[in-house]
Amino acid sequence: MTERGVEIPRALALGPSAFIPAKEMLKEGPDQDVLLEAFLSLGRVDHITMVMAMHPSYLSCFLRTQHALLELDGPLPRPWRHYIAVMAAARHQCSYLVQQHSAGFLEVGGEESWLGGLEFVPTKLRSLQTLNKLLAHRPWLITQQHIQELVCPGAESRWSLAELIHAVVLMAHAHSLSSFVWGCGLNPEPDHIGGYTFYPPSPSNLPRSPHSPAHEDGRQELADGGMEVEVLMKRMVELQQQQEEECSQEEMLTRFERERSESIPTAVVRGAPPDVVLRLVEDPEFIYEDFAPRGEQAPPTMRAQDYSWEDHGFSLVNRLLPDQVGQLLDEKFQVVSNLTYHRMAMHEGVDTHTLRKALWNYIHCLYGIRYDDYDYGGVNVLLERSLKVFVKTMACHPEQTTARIYHAFWRHFRHSEKVHANLIVMEARLQAALLYTLRAITHYMR
Amino acid sequence: MEKMSRVTTALGSSAFSGRTMFCHLDAPANAISVCRDATQVVVAGRNIFKIYTLEEEQFVEKLNLRVGRKPSLNFSCADVMWHQMEENLLATAATNGAVVTWNLGKPSRNKQDQLFTEHKRTVNKVCFHPTEVYMLLSGSQDGFMKCFDLRKKESVSTFSGQSESVRDVQFSMKDYFTFAASFENGNVQLWDIRRPDRYERMFTAHTGPVFCCDWHPDDRGWLATGGRDKMVKVWDMTTNRAKEIHCVQTIASVARVKWRPERKWHLATCSMMVDHNIYVWDIRRPFIPFATFEEHKDVTTGIVWRHQHDPYFLLSGSKDSTLYQHMFKDASRPVDKANPEGLCFGLFGDLAFAAKESLISSDANRKPYPGGDRRYPIFFFKKPDPTEQFAHVSSALSVFETDLDSNRMDWFVKTARLYLLSGKPFAELCDHNAKVARELNRPQVSTTWTMLRIMFSDPANLTTPGPNHNISKLGTLPLMNSFSMKEMGSGMGSESRLERSKGESRQDNIHLEPGNSHISNNNDENEETEGSEGQAEYMFGDAELDDDDLYSMEHDNQTEEQEYILPQEAFQLRHEIMDNPSAPEHLQQDKADSPHVSGNEAEVMCLTPIESFSLISISQPLFSPHLPASFFCPVVREMLSYYAEQGDVQMAVSVLIVLGDRIRKEIDDLTQEHWYMSYIDLLQRFELWNVSNEVIKLSTCSAITCLNQASTTLHINCSNCKRPMSNKGWICDRCHQCASVCAVCHHVVKGLFVWCQGCSHGGHLEHMMNWLKSSSHCPAGCGHLCEYT
Repeated sequence: MTERGVEIPRALALGPSAFIPAKEMLKEGPDQDVLLEAFLSLGRVDHITMVMAMHPSYLSCFLRTQHALLELDGPLPRPWRHYIAVMAAARHQCSYLVQQHSAGFLEVGGEESWLGGLEFVPTKLRSLQTLNKLLAHRPWLITQQHIQELVCPGAESRWSLAELIHAVVLMAHAHSLSSFVWGCGLNPEPDHIGGYTFYPPSPSNLPRSPHSPAHEDGRQELADGGMEVEVLMKRMVELQQQQEEECSQEEMLTRFERERSESIPTAVVRGAPPDVVLRLVEDPEFIYEDFAPRGEQAPPTMRAQDYSWEDHGFSLVNRLLPDQVGQLLDEKFQVVSNLTYHRMAMHEGVDTHTLRKALWNYIHCLYGIRYDDYDYGGVNVLLERSLKVFVKTMACHPEQTTARIYHAFWRHFRHSEKVHANLIVMEARLQAALLYTLRAITHYMR
Repeated sequence: MEKMSRVTTALGSSAFSGRTMFCHLDAPANAISVCRDATQVVVAGRNIFKIYTLEEEQFVEKLNLRVGRKPSLNFSCADVMWHQMEENLLATAATNGAVVTWNLGKPSRNKQDQLFTEHKRTVNKVCFHPTEVYMLLSGSQDGFMKCFDLRKKESVSTFSGQSESVRDVQFSMKDYFTFAASFENGNVQLWDIRRPDRYERMFTAHTGPVFCCDWHPDDRGWLATGGRDKMVKVWDMTTNRAKEIHCVQTIASVARVKWRPERKWHLATCSMMVDHNIYVWDIRRPFIPFATFEEHKDVTTGIVWRHQHDPYFLLSGSKDSTLYQHMFKDASRPVDKANPEGLCFGLFGDLAFAAKESLISSDANRKPYPGGDRRYPIFFFKKPDPTEQFAHVSSALSVFETDLDSNRMDWFVKTARLYLLSGKPFAELCDHNAKVARELNRPQVSTTWTMLRIMFSDPANLTTPGPNHNISKLGTLPLMNSFSMKEMGSGMGSESRLERSKGESRQDNIHLEPGNSHISNNNDENEETEGSEGQAEYMFGDAELDDDDLYSMEHDNQTEEQEYILPQEAFQLRHEIMDNPSAPEHLQQDKADSPHVSGNEAEVMCLTPIESFSLISISQPLFSPHLPASFFCPVVREMLSYYAEQGDVQMAVSVLIVLGDRIRKEIDDLTQEHWYMSYIDLLQRFELWNVSNEVIKLSTCSAITCLNQASTTLHINCSNCKRPMSNKGWICDRCHQCASVCAVCHHVVKGLFVWCQGCSHGGHLEHMMNWLKSSSHCPAGCGHLCEYT
């Protein structure tokens, strides 16, 4: 081919992730069966799958959910589903997912011009923009009015409740997956923009894609200062044994608010996202907003006991979507909340439940969901600041994740454990966004 | 108050009265409970904790237990229970994991008595022992149940469910030591309060969380459970294995279930999501609620029967911040609105009909059904209280036998097989179908086809064979048997016809009304065509032609009269008459455009058929000299509706397909779809798959054509591991073997695969054919004698 003058592109990225060395993933011994299954159903093993394969039980559940959302029977036409995912991923400037789903969109017969921008799509799809925006950045603002506007504005642009829930689940799924993609520093696939080059390799200058996550290696600087694993474990044990001391309502609330409004610096300005992404975003300035410190105006808080996934969210999704989706989401939440290998860094046989719980509740706290039965003091004890920086960045501003942030936390932990943390963030975020929207829908149906 | 007096007797002296009433709470309720003497009710929620007294006409707030300027989370209640022995004792389960008891006898404003903070997560349920004063049980999200002795500061025993969150705990009403616990993972466990180390029994009751359970107040073995899977199940716990004896399917997840006092078979349920009503079910009739209370505007969170021996009062609290007392007599009875009659056809055309006995008993002509007594009561009640039973308890079932011969549907099958719906010119289709109908001895249908052909045929090829008659009736023309009077647009008509006509039509068959009719500019073409006799008459309104030509043709008619009697046969001589699909709209437009719309009747040239047609003729005055096909559309539409009404939907659909665009726009889409569906359904019942497919294919309704695109998937199992193959047809996910390998060439078969149903070996169609030509054994060597037919 070279003789014929055809340039042969060369894959730029080495391995699926810019943060995790490829051999680390092989060392973890991915479950062959799951990968085979993934390959057979997708026709490729993409980087997401490869990284997730560190946690095979989660991966198979994730793939089934994604398959059900995008491929199986459902109220929305298949090109729409991909397009909605594209719209959602674009909110977080996740060019990886945008390109994955754009390809999927064209594959199932989508109109190519739609990818040129939101002005080319039907009104009905465009009307989803507000919800998409809120769902991505500030889901607590979603009210039944938003639902009402979509569900009954007469004529053809009307959404049915089933379609709407399908779209909401798709959007929330894509948003949280964007978090994962950024949080694991996934490299572009070889066929993505920035995933290949036509230049020959030169040994001195390692080719680096401008679109792969920034690769500043911050390890050396962080020789000290992280919380030692032993200390963390000790605290976990203490916290577990500690008899619940009687705290005043005030004190509990303060602890919750402190976590919620703690200022975590997340401002790393990145270069502008690629054009493919930018033209699909409306109002790109709208982002997650830190809750104001207590006092000024009480930010809305959702009580987990009043609207929970198990009691309420599931029933609604199950009622309006074809049988599997609710079931699969439920299963996925369960898998991720029970996922443990009873080890931490070099230690085996550890009950990591409190740590996982703290992580989960911290993310929900960032989204304004409060558990009456949880003492948010625990979050402060268990989550070191560098971890909070990572979690908050990933959950709220995923596009700002850098290698430095990734490497800074849990320095003695394995990569697979960091990916585990990523999974928890992703699912907690998904559930939080879903809860707010489903609550609004429930109120609308009332 | 006859009913009330009965209550009085049932309750002895402690009777009370009341009405359906409600009061507004300040905040949504999570749970309610009544005190033993049924005079007070406590309402608990995140932001409310109050006691109301139940008066005759209203609720009166008696006490607000939520005191303090900033009440602690201990007041945020998930559940509340009033002790059934001790009037001053209440217990609440707090969302922060605390179990709190309250003593109303305390003199201070704050009635809080004891506080147990042993649970780590939200406490979902508290339950007092029914007879033991100091025993309290709690179940929490953290998976533990704890038993408290209220005389001590901490729990006396902890029960670990070894599984997920506990959703409900209930002491057995009859067995002193037993309690049941339901779990989020779908399990129900039975515990002995003396043995905290291990449950006595565990079984899976539901898929998904079991939100609630309730012991039957009288029958010691019965436990009702309700789950997120929208089911209420009643379990018999007396046997070794818990046995499901009843199951009620509701429309939403079941949040609470409470047995109705004094009614063995009744229980009340409410839902956690979407559905705001409270239902009372008779578990023996699980398909329709016995009674419904529809007052709440948001989900009902707590239900409780006001008194443990009174089945007529139900209290409920809701997220809509109201507290209701429901009177049973005010409940709505869904069964009253249900369809009381049932109707069903048997395999051989027998008809079974079930209805209220009173409706049927007047009919004296019924003969007893040989199968036995048709009239049987569905069930009896001990007390025939009209408000306490389903509206009518017995139905009569009649079976009408069908005389098999009289109702044979042979004609239907034959007709369906023989009818031609497409593939030939319009007129031929009509003729063919008319012939089919005639041979099946259905003259009316046959005639209809003939008429249709006449009405809608392309005039270019029309000739009328009976000039003599025509002439003889010249004077009465406007009232004559004119089936299809077709106006032709002058230019367009002739040209298109020129192209189409095969030169068979005999000019001398054209009959013009002498004197005042003008034929359009198609004389030449008519001269060219010949042999298309038997066509209907037509007329041309066009003044451009000289009359002489027309007159000259007039009388040389050669056709034989005999042919007109069986015009269908005559048509067979003719071939290739082009089906001229002239949509009615098109024709109307033609008419509008035509310079001859002025249409003086004088210009009419009408060619009538012979008398043999007269029996089917539509004799009506000609209001317009030019009768386009659309003129007949209303008639045809009526005719189709008539056939459909008569049950001959076959005719309606066949005509619809054959006429195609000519009539389609006249009939609204829904009706068409309905006809299609009915016909397809009939065809499929008679297993006429080919015809049914043809009809689906030829239909123009999108709803019908898409029928062919559904269920096109073929599911297969792997030939190695016998598991279903999900992804690709040729490689199995589980055993990673190529499943469908050709037994002859040992390559993977992608495409047509044929296999023996005896030994399940197979391969490429071609290979198998060749192999079995030369050998009678299976190519796989399994020894099976395969056969290819």
